[in-house]
Amino acid sequence: MLAYLIRRLFAAAVMLVVIILVVFSIFFLVPKWAGVDIATSFVGKQADPHAVEAVREKLGLGDPIYVQVWHFFKGIFVGRTYAAGGDVTHCAAPCFGYSFRSEQAVWPVLTDRFPVTLGLALGAAVLWLIFGVAAGVLSALKRGSLWDRGAMVVALSGVSLPIYFTGLLSLAIFSYGLHWIDGKYVSVGDSFGGWFSGMLLPWITLAFLYAAMYARITRATMLEILGEDYIRTARAKGLTEPVVIGKHAMRSTMTPILTMLGMDLGALIGGAILTETTFSIPGLGQAVLTAIKNQDLPIILGVTLITSLAVLIANLAVDVLYAVIDPRVRLA
Amino acid sequence: MTAPLHEPTAEAAPGAAEEAAVAATDAKAVQGRSLGRIAWERLKRDKLALSGGIVVLLLIVVALLAPVITDLVGQDPDAYHQGLIDPLFSTPKGSLGGLSGDHLLGVEPVNGRDIFARILYGAQISLLVGFLSAVVAVVLGTVLGILAGFFGGWVDSVISRVMDGLLAFPQLLFIIALVSVMPNQMLGLTGTGVRVFVMILVIGFFGWPYIGRVVRGQTLSLREREYVEAARSLGAGQFYILFKELLPNLVAPIIVYTTMMIPTNILTEAALSFLGVGVKPPTSSWGQMLSSAIDYYDSDPMYMVIPGVAIFITVLAFNLFGDGVRDALDPKGSR
Repeated sequence: MLAYLIRRLFAAAVMLVVIILVVFSIFFLVPKWAGVDIATSFVGKQADPHAVEAVREKLGLGDPIYVQVWHFFKGIFVGRTYAAGGDVTHCAAPCFGYSFRSEQAVWPVLTDRFPVTLGLALGAAVLWLIFGVAAGVLSALKRGSLWDRGAMVVALSGVSLPIYFTGLLSLAIFSYGLHWIDGKYVSVGDSFGGWFSGMLLPWITLAFLYAAMYARITRATMLEILGEDYIRTARAKGLTEPVVIGKHAMRSTMTPILTMLGMDLGALIGGAILTETTFSIPGLGQAVLTAIKNQDLPIILGVTLITSLAVLIANLAVDVLYAVIDPRVRLA
Repeated sequence: MTAPLHEPTAEAAPGAAEEAAVAATDAKAVQGRSLGRIAWERLKRDKLALSGGIVVLLLIVVALLAPVITDLVGQDPDAYHQGLIDPLFSTPKGSLGGLSGDHLLGVEPVNGRDIFARILYGAQISLLVGFLSAVVAVVLGTVLGILAGFFGGWVDSVISRVMDGLLAFPQLLFIIALVSVMPNQMLGLTGTGVRVFVMILVIGFFGWPYIGRVVRGQTLSLREREYVEAARSLGAGQFYILFKELLPNLVAPIIVYTTMMIPTNILTEAALSFLGVGVKPPTSSWGQMLSSAIDYYDSDPMYMVIPGVAIFITVLAFNLFGDGVRDALDPKGSR
C-alpha cells in the first residue's frame, strides 16, 4: 500500500512537470512560431521599443526556454526578484510568478479564488451524487416502468443541455422573473446567508447536468450487476432485497461512479469556467479565462498547475477508495 | 467537463465486435445477415433513435442549404435592421424579440440582424466542427490504438502513457489556451477559417484517447483469435493482418464512439465560442449568440432561448441516434 502510494505520487509529480512544460511551450513557442513577440504583446501594440526591451529583460523573456522554466521552479521554493535597471519587483516564496498585466503576484490570486471554486464544486457534487445515483438506482430497479422512462428522458435532456444555457434560463426565470433568489454572488466572509442563496442557482444547474450523467451510468452499471451470479447467490441464501441491493449491488455500482467523481470533481475544482462565467462567480475559472484573453501567462500557469494538481489528487484518492469499497481490488 | 462517453459503451464494444466476428464467419453458411443488416433491423424498430436520426439528417440538409434558404426568405445574416430596434432600450420592437413574418425568429438587440439567418449559418459551424473533429479523433485513435494493441511492448507503453496523460489533462483549459494563442493567419486561411481549422484539430486531438483506449483493448483480445493465427500461418504480413483482418472487426465500436463523440464536440465548440475564444463576429455561431445574450437575459429573453434551443435539439438528436446505434450494435442490450 505504501509503495503503491509513493509510486503514484511520483507519477503525479512527473505529470505536473510535464504539464508545466506543455504550458510553457504553448505560450512561448507557439507565438514564436507564429511570429508574435511576447514582450510586445505584454506592453501593448503601440509601445515604444525601450519599454518592450525593459519588459523583456525584467521578465527574462529573452532567456532560453529551459532557463525560464528553471527560474519558475526555483521561484516556488525561494521566491523571485524581477529586475531591469532600477525597476525591481520582489515576489515572495511560494512565488508562482508575477503578473505584470495586473501588477500582482500569482499566489495570492490563487489563494483568493480557490475557496470560491471549491465551494461551488463541492456543493454541486453533493447534490448530483444524491439525486443522480438515487434516480439511476430507482430506474434500474423499476426497469421499463414509467418512472424509468421518464427519468431517462430527463437525463438524456440534461446531458444535451449546455450549462451556459440552463444557467441563463434559470437566472431569467427564478431571479429576474419570479424574484425567488437573488442571483448575485456574495462572498462567504460578507454574509453566509447571502453566499448560500447566491450559490443555490449555480449549484442546482451544475448538479442537474452532472446528475443526468450519473443517473445514466448508475442505471447501466446497476442493470449489469443485477445480472451477476453473486447477486443470485445473495438472493438464494435468503437475504432481503434491501440488503442485496444496498449492500451487495451498491458496492460494485459505486466503482465506476467514483472514477467519474474523481475526474469531474478534479476538473471542476480546477475551474468551472463555464459556470463561473455564466453566473459571474469570481473563482479560478473566471481568473484563468480573463488571463487567457490577456495572454497573462503567469496566471494561466498558476491556475493550470492548481487544476492539474486537483485532478491528480482526486484520481489518487479515488484509486485508494477503490480498495476500500471493492475487496477484489488490490493495490500493488 | 469530462466526455460523457460512458462505461456501458466500453462494455458494449466487446459484444458488438464478437457479433461482428460471428456475423462475418456465419454470413455465407447460415443466412447471409451481415452486421450492418442486423443493426439496421434493430435500429428500424427503435422509434426514438430513428427520429433522432431524421432530425440529424434534416439539420445537415438545412446547414448545407443555409445560403439558399436565407435567400428564399429574403434575409441576410449580416444585414442590420436598426429600424426594428427600440432606440431607448436597444432591444427589438414588438413582442417575442421582434418576431414577424419577415424575421421568423426575430432580430438581435442593438443592430437588428435576422436571428433565423444567423441560426442557419451557425448550424454550419457547429456541424462542421462537430463532424470533422470527430473524424480527426477517430483516425488518430484508431491508428494509434490498433498499433498499441497489436505490437504491444514499448509501442504500447508509449501510446498508453500518452493516452493516460491526455485524459488527466485539464482539457477545456488547454483547448481554450491553444485556440487563443493561434495566429490570425495560417496556411493561407484567415480569420474564421483559421479559428475553425484550429478548433477542429484541437478538439479532435483531445478526443482521440477515448477511442484509442477502446480500440487498443479490442485489438488486444482480437489478435489472439484463431482467424488471425490462420492468416498468419498462411503467410499474411503485419499490415495485411492489421487492416484486413483486425480493422473490419473494430468497425462496430468505432461507429458507436464516433456517433457519441459528435454531440460532445458540438457542445465544446459552442462553449469555446461562448467564452469568446471560438468563432468571432461577424461570423455567427450558437455559442457566441448565447454569450451576447447574457446582457439581455431580462430584457430580451427570446434572444437567449433561440440559440439555446438550437444547441439542445441538435445535441439531443445526436445523443438519441447515438444511443440507438449503440443498442443496435450491441446484442447484450436487449430492451
